Amino acid sequence: MTRPVTDPTEAAALRSESHQLPQLHEPRNPGMALDTDWVARVQANTSAIERRAATLPGRRSLKKAHQAAWLLRAITLIDLTTLSGDDTEGRVRRLCAKARQPVRPDLLEALGMGPITTGAVCVYHEMVPTAVRALEGTDIPVAAVSTGFPAGLSPFRLRLEEIRESVAAGASEIDIVISRRHVLTGDWAALYDEMRQFRDACGEAHVKAILATGELGSLRNVARASLVCMMAGADFIKTSTGKESVNATLPVSLTMIRAIRDYQDATGVKVGYKPAGGISKAKDALTYLALMKDELGDRWLQPDLFRFGASSLLGDIERQLEHHVTGRYSALHRHPAG
Amino acid sequence: MTVQEIFETMDYGPAPESAAAAQEWLERSGRAFGHFIGGQMTAHAGGLDSRNPADGSHLASLSQADAAAIDAAVAAARKAQADWAADGARRGRVLYAMARLVQKHARLLAVLETLENGKPIRESRDIDIPLVARHFYYHAGLARLMEDEMPAQRPHGVCGQIIPWNFPLLMLAWKVAPALAAGNTVVLKPAEDTSLTALFMAEICTQAGVPPGVVNIVTGDGRVGEMIVAHEGIDKIAFTGSTEVGRRIREATAGTGKALTLELGGKSPYIVFDDADLDSAVEGLVDAIWFNQGQVCCAGSRLLVQEGVAERFHDKLRRRMDGLRLGDPLDKCIDVGAMVDPAQLERVSRMVSEGLEADPGAEVHRTGAALPDGGCFYPPTLITGLHPASPLMQDEIFGPVLVGTTFRTPAEAVALANNSRYGLAATVWSENLNLALDVAPKLAAGVVWINATNLFDAAAPFGGLRESGFGREGGPEGLAAYTRPRAEATELSRLRPVEAPAKGAAPSDGLLDRTAKNLVGGKQARPDSGYSTPVWSPDGRLLGHVGQGNAKDIRNAVEAAGTAGAWSRSTGHGRAQILYYLAENLAAREAEFATRLRDLGQVDADGAAAEVAASVDRLFTAAAWADKFDGRAAGVPLRGMALALREPVGVIGALCADEAPLLGFVTVLGAILATGSRAVLIPSEAAPLAAMDLMQVIETSDVPAGVVNIIAGRHEDLAAPLAGHMDVQAVWSFSSSDLSEGIERASAADLKRTWVNHGRGLDWHAPAGGLKPFLEQATEVKTVWVPYGE
Repeated sequence: MTRPVTDPTEAAALRSESHQLPQLHEPRNPGMALDTDWVARVQANTSAIERRAATLPGRRSLKKAHQAAWLLRAITLIDLTTLSGDDTEGRVRRLCAKARQPVRPDLLEALGMGPITTGAVCVYHEMVPTAVRALEGTDIPVAAVSTGFPAGLSPFRLRLEEIRESVAAGASEIDIVISRRHVLTGDWAALYDEMRQFRDACGEAHVKAILATGELGSLRNVARASLVCMMAGADFIKTSTGKESVNATLPVSLTMIRAIRDYQDATGVKVGYKPAGGISKAKDALTYLALMKDELGDRWLQPDLFRFGASSLLGDIERQLEHHVTGRYSALHRHPAG
Repeated sequence: MTVQEIFETMDYGPAPESAAAAQEWLERSGRAFGHFIGGQMTAHAGGLDSRNPADGSHLASLSQADAAAIDAAVAAARKAQADWAADGARRGRVLYAMARLVQKHARLLAVLETLENGKPIRESRDIDIPLVARHFYYHAGLARLMEDEMPAQRPHGVCGQIIPWNFPLLMLAWKVAPALAAGNTVVLKPAEDTSLTALFMAEICTQAGVPPGVVNIVTGDGRVGEMIVAHEGIDKIAFTGSTEVGRRIREATAGTGKALTLELGGKSPYIVFDDADLDSAVEGLVDAIWFNQGQVCCAGSRLLVQEGVAERFHDKLRRRMDGLRLGDPLDKCIDVGAMVDPAQLERVSRMVSEGLEADPGAEVHRTGAALPDGGCFYPPTLITGLHPASPLMQDEIFGPVLVGTTFRTPAEAVALANNSRYGLAATVWSENLNLALDVAPKLAAGVVWINATNLFDAAAPFGGLRESGFGREGGPEGLAAYTRPRAEATELSRLRPVEAPAKGAAPSDGLLDRTAKNLVGGKQARPDSGYSTPVWSPDGRLLGHVGQGNAKDIRNAVEAAGTAGAWSRSTGHGRAQILYYLAENLAAREAEFATRLRDLGQVDADGAAAEVAASVDRLFTAAAWADKFDGRAAGVPLRGMALALREPVGVIGALCADEAPLLGFVTVLGAILATGSRAVLIPSEAAPLAAMDLMQVIETSDVPAGVVNIIAGRHEDLAAPLAGHMDVQAVWSFSSSDLSEGIERASAADLKRTWVNHGRGLDWHAPAGGLKPFLEQATEVKTVWVPYGE
C-alpha cells in the first residue's frame, strides 16, 4: 500500500548483507554567503506549528514487527551521551561498551537481527581519548561537545582552540554551541561569522550546531538561527545542550526540519538534524522518526543525517524490544547498564 | 516482512484499530434496526442497508420509515415536549449525562463511525467524538442557564432535524444538543448511508435518562426527510446538507410558519499571503481539504495564493500531498480514508474530468501515494492555473480536490474570495495581523480562520451566508435558533387604505400640492410607473398622493442601497449620532406627525400622539444600541480568540406594518441603521403618508445617500421583486397583506434571509424583547478565529 520512497541506489545499499547500516555520506554542506533577505523572510507561526506537532503522534502508529524494527533503527541513530561533571574514564568506557552492544544479543537473535551499534558516543573534550580508545575497531564515531559548552561564553579564541584540540584528540564530530546573544539581538552576521570559524576549525570533523532553542525566545528565531548556521556550513543543526530548561520539542523540531528542507530546496545540500534532551521514551523516538520520514524523507533516517542526543532513551527502547520478543513488559534491570 | 527487512526499508506497516467491540454491538442488535420512537426501538422493517465504504461489506439492515412511523415519532415528541421544557436544571443534568456517556463509549462510537463512513479512525477518535462530547457538555450548561439568560424566549416545540453523512454523530450533536437544551423535543433523521452511530445514541439517550419521546430517531432516505419537512406537527426544521436540498426545503416550508435553519454547501476560500508561514499554510490545507476526504461543507477548497510565492507554495503543497497515506480507514497510520459511497466517488470523478475538459490549461497534481485496491478511494488532487470562470472554481466538489488560482493584492484576494454564491467559511494566512484582521471582516463568510483552519467548538457559532444557508449552530446564538419569543403574536387582518369618498372629495385645505415621490439614493424620485394613488382621510379629505411603486423602483432602490456600503463599515458611534439626530428632528415635528397619523385614520388623536412619542423613543433606543450590539469573545478551548462578531446583513428590504404606520416603520428603520445595514423600505400600504413624510426628516438628518430608500406601493406588487432580487440579503414582512409564503418561496432562489409575520401582528409599542429581535435579524454572526502565540 505504501509507495516505495527510497531511491534505487539507496535501496540497494540498504539491502546489503550487513545488519549494520551502510555508512552513507552526503557531500558536506559547503555553506553559502549569508543571505539576510532570506533570513528576514523566514516565518514560523507558533500556534500552527504547535497544532501540527500535537497531532503528529496521533497520525502515525507503528505496531508489532514494524515497531520493533523502527526502534532498532532508532538505536542506531542515538548519540549515546554522557555530559556530567562527574564523568570519569571508567564511566566513559562503560558507555562505549554499551554503544558497541546496545541490545542484549539474545534479543537481537530473537528479532532476527545481527549486531547493531549506536550512532555515536558524545562526551566532553577531556573524555575524547578514552572514548576513542574504547571504540577502536568499530565505526562508531566520537563526538565532542565544544566551544565552552553549554553556555558558549568562554573567550572566542579558546573556543576555537577547544575544537582543534578535540579534533586532534580523535573526535570526528564536534557539537558546538552558538552565541545565543547573536540571535536574540538579530546580529545574523556575527552568528554567521562565528559558525564559519567553528566549522573551519573543525577541519574534516563534522560540525553540529547546537542552537539552544530553549533560550532563543521564539520559533521564528529558531528558524532564522537554523538557516544562518546552515548558510555558514553546519553539517547538522541540533536543538539543545540538554542543559536548558526546555530542550527538544516537537514544535522546535518541526521548525528546524522545515528550515533544513528550505535550505535543501535552495542549495541542493542535505543538512542533518539532531534533537537532544528530553527524548527518553521509545514512543517519542518513533514519533520523531515518523516526523523525519514524513517531512524530509527516508534519507533522514540514516545516522549521517539524523541523531538523537539522548542518555536514557536506549533503556526504554530495550524494554520495549524485550516486550516485543516475550509479550511481557520488561524491567530496566534486565538490560545491561551503559 | 521480517524485522530486519523493515529495519532497512523503514516502511510503515498496518496499525489497525480493532473493530471487534463495534461488530459485537452490531451482532447483539441482530444487525437489524428499527426506529427509536417514544423511547423504544420499533421492529426492524427493512428497506435500507448500511455498508462499509472501505470494503463494501454489509454492516446492518435498517428500516425505511413510512408515514405512520413519522406520525408516531412526531406524536411522541409532541407528547413529551411540555414536560421536557418545564425544567432547565433537569435538562442540564440529562445533557451532562449524555456527554459523559459519549465519553464512556468514545472508542466504540469512533470505530462505528469509521466503519460506516470511511473516515480515518484518527479523525473520528481525535476530532469528531471529542467534539460531540464537548457539544453536549456545553449545552448542558446552556440548558441550566437558559431560563435566567433568555427569559423572553421559549422553545419552538417539536423540531425536525435532518443531518448529513459526512459527520454523522457530530451533526447529530450539533442538532440534538441545542434543541434539547432549549426545551424542544426532536425527530431526527440521520443520513441513509450513516445511521449507526445515531442508533447507538438511542441507547445512550435511554441510559442518560432522556425521557421517552424527547429524542426520536427515524431512518431512511430522502423521502423520509421530505415527510418530516412536510409534517404539520413539526414547528422547526433544521437541516444540514446540500444547497440543492436546502433550497427545496425552503420552498416546501414556505408559508407554513415552521422555523428554519439551513447549513448548506460551500466553496470556501483559502487565502495565502506572501508573508505567511508557508509550511504551516500547507499543513493547514491538509486539514482543510483532505480532512474527511474533503467531504466537509466548510472545506477550504478554493486556494488563492499571492503570485510572488505561488510557485514555491504549490511545490511545497505537491510534496506534502505525496506524503499523504491513503488506506483502510481503521488503520491508525493513514491520512485519507474512503469516500462515503460509490455514488459520491463517481460524482467527484465526473465533476473533475468534466471540469478539466472545460479548462485545458489547468495543471493537475494527484498524490503520488498508492491507492488501495477496491473501496471508494479518490486520490487527493490539486488543480492550479484555474480562473474564477472555471466551473471547478465555482461548484462545490465535496471531495479531496483542491482548486486554485493566484492574486496580486489584498483587495484582489478579497474580490476573488467573495466571487462565489456561497459564504460559509474562509481561511487567511498571514503573519501580519494588520492584514489578516483587515481582510477577515471583508470576507463573505460566517466563519473566518486566521492562520488555522477547520477549528470548531460548541461555544463558537458556525454557519453561513448567501447560499451556504442561514442560522448559526453553537454558542448562545445557536441556542437562539431553537427558541422563539414567549409573547404570542396576535392574528392580523388585512388593513386597507381609506377608500375614496363616495360623494366626492371634501374641500382641500388650500395648501400647495405636493408631488408623490420615493426616496432613492438620497434623492426624491418620481415612481417609474408614472401613476400615483390618492390618500384620503376618513372624513373625505384628500391628504396627498403616493407613487405606485413597481419592480423598477425596487431595482433602483436596491442598486442605490448596494452602493452605500460605506455605511456598513462606519462606526457604531457615528451611526448613533445620526440616529440621535433623526430622533431630534422627528421630535421637533411631533405635532405635525401626530396630526398626519390621526388624519390617516388608523388611530385617534391620543393614539397618534402616543405613536409619534414612541417613534421618537424608538429612534433614541436604536441610537443607544448602535455602538453596543457588538458580539462577544467566545470561550473556546484554544490559546487564542474566537470572536463572534455582529456584522450587518447588507441590504434589507422590509414591508412595514400597516397597523402602526409610523412606529412600525421607525422600528425597522432604527434597527437597520443601528446595525449598519442599508434599507429598502416599503411603508404601510394602508397609511403610507406618515412614512413618506419621514423622508424629509431623513434628508435633514445626515443619513448618507442610499442608506435608506423608500418606495411606496402595493405590498403585493413589491414583495415579489424584493424577495426575488439576488442582491438583497434579507426580506422582512410585517405587512397585513398575506405575503409570507410568497416571500419565503421566492427567497429560495438565493436563500436570502427572511423574517415574515405569517399573518400575525406584533405589539409595536412593546415589541417582544424591545429592539433586540430586530437587531439580531439585521446582523449576521461572523466567527473570527484568531489563534495566537509566539
